[in-house]
Amino acid sequence: MAEPLVKVKDLKKHFPIRGGVFGGIVAWVKAVDDISFDIYKGETLGLVGESGSGKTTAGKTILQLYKPTAGEVYFEGRLINNIKGEDLRKLRRNMQIIFQDPYGSLNPRMPISEIIGEPLLVHGLVKSKKEMLNRVVEVMELVGLRPEYLNRYPHEFSGGQRQRIGIARAIVLNPKFVVCDEPVSALDVSIQSQVINLLNDLQEKLKLTYLFIAHDLAVIRHMCDRVVVMYLGNVMEIAENQELFENPLHPYTQALLSAVPVPDPEVKKERIILKGDIPSPINPPSGCVFHTRCPIAMPICKEVKPELREVKPGHFVACHAVK
Amino acid sequence: MEKDVLLETKDLTTYFYTDDGVVKAVEGVDLKIRVGETLGLVGESGCGKSVTSLSIMRLVPWPPGKIVKGEVWFKGEDLLKKTEEEMRRVRGSQISMIFQEPMTSLNPVFTVGFQIMEAILVHQDITEEEAKKKAIEMLDLVGIPDPEKRFYNYPHQMSGGMRQRVMIAMALSCNPDLLISDEATTALDVTIQAQILELMKDLKKKIGMAILMITHNLAVIAEMADSIAVMYTGRIVEYSDVKTIFKNPQHPYTYGLLHSIPLVTKPRKEGERLATIEGVVPNPYHMPKGCKFHPRCPYATKKCREEEPPLEEISPGHWVRCWNYLKPGEGV
Repeated sequence: MAEPLVKVKDLKKHFPIRGGVFGGIVAWVKAVDDISFDIYKGETLGLVGESGSGKTTAGKTILQLYKPTAGEVYFEGRLINNIKGEDLRKLRRNMQIIFQDPYGSLNPRMPISEIIGEPLLVHGLVKSKKEMLNRVVEVMELVGLRPEYLNRYPHEFSGGQRQRIGIARAIVLNPKFVVCDEPVSALDVSIQSQVINLLNDLQEKLKLTYLFIAHDLAVIRHMCDRVVVMYLGNVMEIAENQELFENPLHPYTQALLSAVPVPDPEVKKERIILKGDIPSPINPPSGCVFHTRCPIAMPICKEVKPELREVKPGHFVACHAVK
Repeated sequence: MEKDVLLETKDLTTYFYTDDGVVKAVEGVDLKIRVGETLGLVGESGCGKSVTSLSIMRLVPWPPGKIVKGEVWFKGEDLLKKTEEEMRRVRGSQISMIFQEPMTSLNPVFTVGFQIMEAILVHQDITEEEAKKKAIEMLDLVGIPDPEKRFYNYPHQMSGGMRQRVMIAMALSCNPDLLISDEATTALDVTIQAQILELMKDLKKKIGMAILMITHNLAVIAEMADSIAVMYTGRIVEYSDVKTIFKNPQHPYTYGLLHSIPLVTKPRKEGERLATIEGVVPNPYHMPKGCKFHPRCPYATKKCREEEPPLEEISPGHWVRCWNYLKPGEGV
């Protein structure tokens, strides 16, 4: 696990808000504000946070689907921020994404043979339609779709099957790195476990590296090797799965974990109830972005933004109170 | 009717008559909620849990939906026999309901204070001045800071968690005996969900109301409910107290659901896979014969494919709809 496949350094993505008579920029949404982490070959890195924490924006900015406002993204040691044209297309072969909504992310007018096969044509990896179909059938079998369904359209499939189609499309190019953006949160419980198992199987078979974005901490716990906790565009804590869940150091992580209900009526949890709501990313709080809801905030938290420090090997925390 | 039973449905059956055929959304549902009790109604999308609650409130839209038979006994009266006018007096004052989407449930052109006041004035014989005082009291009760100011807010000026609090304030403003919560915390973030669940528990203690809690989230149910009814294809397949359901589930569907969820308390071991329920929920227009779960059931026999099992009481208070439920001592 020594060399990172993806390296994210001081990455920022701010979106302008236009308004006023001349449509000028009146404010910025700081969706991702200065995040850094590494993703190692073959691991699943979890990115967890509540709505508005910037986790999806982070995923898309890493893939260069959004142009970063500042900061750097390295893929296999190579800076990829400003890659364009043919180089970018070649790069995309290795970096794919699976979306949350299995209904909105598939073109309803395309049969699934084309939905899954399109990337092969776009990247010129197949010479004939027959070659494309062969590869599509191969991938369909891999994700548990029957090859007979080749000529059906998305509306003929259930939510779980559609998610399989989305996964097939993402892996058809044999990528090295896949961003899974809430891939199971739109699915019913019994279907969710099928897709989770599939993602684990594929990772083993194809030696994939995942950036796994989710708000469901139970899914994160099950899937990930290491976890990054985000809040309002900032990284609060990074640690290995076991360490993060057993020994969370950041007060936000502690509150977040204590808020998760457990499916066991005999477990009575001591809850840390956070007051108030997540502030708007348009005017995020000064200093530590969490200080407005933090149960142990000190005067310094309002003034100075805490740096992400390694407090134990592999365990990073951004908090003034953690020694 | 037993003395402390607040609501009891008997053979409640609701169908939807669509152009493509009849959807039997709710098929013979018997539920019982005692005073001050929380009953969880669990199931996946399309299992009929929301239609059950709408049927209790008599809010099933006709056409295409219709309650075709059954009884809904509430405080000794059958709600299905009431006139629309009488029903209106029950809704909101004795039984209240909160929904998943707090944005679409609030009127965007009125202040939240006005909307709570309106609910109070419809059901209680008090002056506007008193209603306003009561509305502010309610906002305070559900933990909205600065209730006097927030009273004048429009829904868009509030966050999702705040709006759900307003919905709860409105639902509770007439001290209902029963609160129906239909996936009320599903769309909220977990720290906000924790706030709302804590609030509901607290209010339950203070006001002593009963809750019918509809959700697909088993963890939320484990924490909130006293008893649980598991629904599948419009039918109750298992019904018992919360401990029995979680510790000793007897229906293969309940067992499958409980074992297919990842646990926040346990990381995945190398090569470990989650238990799954193979297949998908059957098409409502083409229900399978016999037990509706048999196409997905690992234990299905010939009998399951031909004959639908009844909901049977296998031990006191534990009801299961299965031909092959686990006999005591048997493991899965």
